[in-house]
Amino acid sequence: MTKQKSFFSEIMPSLKGCWLVTLLCPVFMLGEVVLEVLIPMMMGEMIDKVQTLLEQSATADVVFAEIGATCLLMVIMSVVSLGCGFAGAALSARGGTTFARNLRNDVFSRIQSFSFYNIDKFQTSSLVTRCTTDVTNIQMVYTMLIRICFRAPSMLIFATIMAFVRGGDLAWIFAVSLPVLGTVIGILMLKAYPRFSKMLKKFDKLNENVQENLTNIRVVKSFVREETEKQKFFNTVTDVMNSQYSAEILMVFVMPIMQLVMYMTRLAMVGIGGNMILIGSTSLTVGALSSLLTYTVQILSSLMMIAMILVNVTTSRASAERLDEIFKEVPDITGGDSTEKIESGSISFKNVNFAYAKDSDNYVLSDVNLEIKSGETVGIIGGTGEGKSTLVQLIARLYDVSTGEVLVDGRNVKDYPLKTLRDAVAMVLQKNLLFSGTIEENMRWGNPDTTQEQIEDACKKAQAHDFVTSFPDGYQTELGQGGVNVSGGQKQRLCIARALLKDPKIIILDDSTSAVDTATDEKIRYQFEHGLKNVTKIIIAQRIASIQNSDKIVVIDNGKIADVGNHDQLIERCEIYQEVFASQVKGKEEGGDVNG
Amino acid sequence: MARGGGFQKGMEKPKNAKATFVRLMSYLKPYLGKMICMVLLIVLASLANILQTMVLEPIINVIKGEPLGAYQWLADLVAPSGEKMHQFWALVIVMLSIQLCGVLGSLGYNWISTRVTTKVLRQLRLDMFSHMEDLPISYFDQRTHGEIMSTYTNDTGMVRELLAGSFPSIVQSAILVCGFVVAMLINNWLLTLVCFVQIGANALLVKFVGGNARKYFARQQKSLAEVNGYVEEICAGQKVVKVFTHEPQVLEEFDKRNNEYRKNAFKSNVFGNSFGPIINNVSHIFYAIIVALGALMLVNADKTTNTFSLWGVFSVAITTGSWVSFLEFSRRFSNPFSQLAQVATSIMGSLAGGERVFQIIDEKAEEDEGYVTLVNCKEVDGQIQETTERTHQWAWKHFHKADGTTTYVPLKGDIEFEDVTFSYVEGKVVLKNISLYAKPGQKIALVGSTGAGKTTITNLINRFYPLDKGKIRYDGINVEKIAKDDLRRSLAMVLQDTHLFTGTVMENIRYGRLDATDQECIEASKTANAHFFISHLPDGYDTMLTADGANLSQGQRQLISIARAAVADPPVLILDEATSSIDTRTERLIEKGMDALMQGRTVFVIAHRLSTVRNSDAIMVMEKGEIIERGTHDQLIEQKGQYYRLYTGAFELD
Repeated sequence: MTKQKSFFSEIMPSLKGCWLVTLLCPVFMLGEVVLEVLIPMMMGEMIDKVQTLLEQSATADVVFAEIGATCLLMVIMSVVSLGCGFAGAALSARGGTTFARNLRNDVFSRIQSFSFYNIDKFQTSSLVTRCTTDVTNIQMVYTMLIRICFRAPSMLIFATIMAFVRGGDLAWIFAVSLPVLGTVIGILMLKAYPRFSKMLKKFDKLNENVQENLTNIRVVKSFVREETEKQKFFNTVTDVMNSQYSAEILMVFVMPIMQLVMYMTRLAMVGIGGNMILIGSTSLTVGALSSLLTYTVQILSSLMMIAMILVNVTTSRASAERLDEIFKEVPDITGGDSTEKIESGSISFKNVNFAYAKDSDNYVLSDVNLEIKSGETVGIIGGTGEGKSTLVQLIARLYDVSTGEVLVDGRNVKDYPLKTLRDAVAMVLQKNLLFSGTIEENMRWGNPDTTQEQIEDACKKAQAHDFVTSFPDGYQTELGQGGVNVSGGQKQRLCIARALLKDPKIIILDDSTSAVDTATDEKIRYQFEHGLKNVTKIIIAQRIASIQNSDKIVVIDNGKIADVGNHDQLIERCEIYQEVFASQVKGKEEGGDVNG
Repeated sequence: MARGGGFQKGMEKPKNAKATFVRLMSYLKPYLGKMICMVLLIVLASLANILQTMVLEPIINVIKGEPLGAYQWLADLVAPSGEKMHQFWALVIVMLSIQLCGVLGSLGYNWISTRVTTKVLRQLRLDMFSHMEDLPISYFDQRTHGEIMSTYTNDTGMVRELLAGSFPSIVQSAILVCGFVVAMLINNWLLTLVCFVQIGANALLVKFVGGNARKYFARQQKSLAEVNGYVEEICAGQKVVKVFTHEPQVLEEFDKRNNEYRKNAFKSNVFGNSFGPIINNVSHIFYAIIVALGALMLVNADKTTNTFSLWGVFSVAITTGSWVSFLEFSRRFSNPFSQLAQVATSIMGSLAGGERVFQIIDEKAEEDEGYVTLVNCKEVDGQIQETTERTHQWAWKHFHKADGTTTYVPLKGDIEFEDVTFSYVEGKVVLKNISLYAKPGQKIALVGSTGAGKTTITNLINRFYPLDKGKIRYDGINVEKIAKDDLRRSLAMVLQDTHLFTGTVMENIRYGRLDATDQECIEASKTANAHFFISHLPDGYDTMLTADGANLSQGQRQLISIARAAVADPPVLILDEATSSIDTRTERLIEKGMDALMQGRTVFVIAHRLSTVRNSDAIMVMEKGEIIERGTHDQLIEQKGQYYRLYTGAFELD
């Protein structure tokens, strides 16, 4: 319950701009409800009036005059009530959609403020579901809440009041039936909730099972395991069936129980009330009895509505919790407020330790000390998962060090505003992406004010210009989502060009030319060396050839810097470097022998 | 990604609603008895609903002391004494019994419908899955996983709506509408006519409001899809957004789409939300009219002499009781109509969902006309004989239709491609006139850049795709004649993306051969160099692997998949050994495992590091679907062609 409560306080800001609507809407709803409740009373009075007129043997004209006015009033009331209803509908639509927009915006902006650490925690697919399906679920509940949440209880209250006013002697029947109904429904709900959450878990299992088979279909087929998989799936769906049945069967009871209570209440009214009229022990009239019957329906159906809201709120609880997690997640990296510009690309690591999990000493990097001078070219080499990418990501503050510090241009990276820092440090990530839009639009990510000339220049440096101009639409070529319209190597080159356009002081290539052929790779390296003299270049590579000519090569092993030096020094003294070199280059040299 | 889920599909219309409906109904066949029971119970519940209102008439008339008219017989039946008090209480008891019947009826039909629905859903999912497992690989190439998965949950969910919600609701509404009309006509034909006018008015309103609501709803869904699409793309590239501090621009773009969505959603909601109030209040107006008319009739009925009055038209038989109970009817008369209107839209959605379910079930399964099967055999006097014993010796059982003889060819692992041409999509040839052979025990390496067709070659050997032209022979038999399952049993693959299953490490290794003993699995993992790390896992071989082995490193997963292939112990092995994301040192460990596995088998290896290719018996250099060079390492170096260039680093593979 506390979780729910705090969720509401989290989404409060999303209500900005809908307060007026949220407050006005119930006013109109209330108007509609009051009129709706008054109508059965007038009807009952009309029945009694007709009875009296009959007893007085009035003529048709008199009857018409007497009841005509009441009828007209009822019609007018209906029209007013219609107006109120329409206004309520329009206002609730306005409120609901505004709220949804705000909420979606808040969730999305929140995600934008997340650091890599936060993103890793949630994973992409889960972020997407939260921002789409979960928001839609909450929106539905909100719209329902403002439409029904005021309407149903106020209907319940007014109808109950009217029932007591009109049918004093019989109203106690409600005092019995309402609590009975409330208790029974409450118990069912309480019992249903754990069963429904169990059902949802089984559905997750179902999804997992299907997903697994989709990704593994080639394995299933090549080992001819279709029958085994079918058997597994049979167990999964049987679980789903049983859990769904056990949850829904409880809901099956809700409607008939409501019906039973409603029927019994009406029956009690007719039986007890009728008996009273017959033995003449009451002032109750047939008109009053008839309007009481209508009130029964109104009271119980508004109770039913409330129950329905509860069901919906319960089922959307999972969504609320998931959104809550987003709001609760504290973006762990915020920029500093230094106004200093970054003038040089010097970098230094001082006693840096880093662990992905907070408060953990399971360090991915430990005791890292490294000095990089502005304008240097630095190669980084080492095994997968040894910490190469992590090391460079600390420079752009994509992650924060656990202990120690990273300095750029002599200042701790934490001092700079993120924009200043990241504009100065351009990174081409290992898993890089282009976005839907034209090539030119993608290039402008680096800098929105870039001229066409600058774009072409950067693309030339990244060896992308030639293939871009070979496309029929050149720089206006549509890339499609994730850049599906270009090959892996082309994508990498475009990503490098995009990073160059930031005009950075430091550029980092994290294994960014793995799909580029050696000759092109070499050209890119040449351009880097000669065209980016004042820019610090950090290159992570699997291939020794890509970093062989660097000023400095950093060998990372098991989260530690094993050695730093140039190619010749390392080949002399660093065992790991020798090993990697041997595995990659030996063949080449033998090839050379054949040649020679 | 489960893109689209339910939200984009809500308004979709089924292409062939009738056929889908009939087909869904066929799933109810096993429950025919239950369904009949259910319909009967719905009838019972609906009739009770009507009857209990009808009984109100004599009860009130007894109270008012007015004539019972058509209900006199009922009063006489239940209270023969004719005494007022007796009549009253007897009628109340009649009402009570009718109501109890109604409650029991609705409880019963809901119960049955839940039971049947959950079972039918299981059957649908099972049918889908069983069929999916039999679909050709090309099916999976053409669709996203999200698309298929959404069918298992969202679309079947929509079918559930139909079976558990719409179907009972239609039956009930239909009975209620008929019942109400009959009951109202019995009660008072003139007032019934007024009710018909009301229904007409409602229908017009529903058409106008509903039409607009639908139009804007479609727009709303479209802009919602745009918002969601954008979210998906940005979240996928979130890290790139961060690196470029592109957040403000992204937020602005998002805001544009989000506002567009709000605009359309607002219009759609205004129409959608005003539905209820409109129907409600229109019925109030008619209610007032009926009250007034009823009152006039009552007066006229009382004053039979007043014949020349203008109001004389309304001299239809009426009592206070029938008036009150008619008012009850008129208030509830419009309910089944609005219920039907609601159901109508949801049925279309459900059928569209059902249609997608059946699309999977109707998808053409992998064809298999193979009749040559793999059997255990033993050699008796130099003759190969089929046996049911597990001899670890296998032979192809080949029945020749022409002369009615059966021959047995021992399983050796001899593969031959003869002039094979293949395309995934018609007109886009991926492999052109490929001919090659691999003798038992030989190692054939395929090299070339991405898209050259290396993986395609291996996919053809196990008949994942049908050939356009040419033949592939396994031990001299055209693979098309070999039953697919048996063909695949005689091959094992280690793919570049390792896929493991939820279950223990042992179960994953045993996936290669289900009857392998624990000892055999452990032996296999020793062969694959995997035993060491497995025995260091928290629960050793009993360690549970979560979805796709996420709790292991990629190298470890690859080792398990090698062990899995080792357990299968087939004569032919296909290794797609892309290890681009594995570092050299881990790769060396894997290589050792692979080398052990290759011993004594025919191996096709897609090699990415040329150092692993050198000791192959033959190297095929592929480019654009053709083998441009072939030979041993030394021969190819001699030729100074593409292989030479690759080898000397003038050109690098990706």
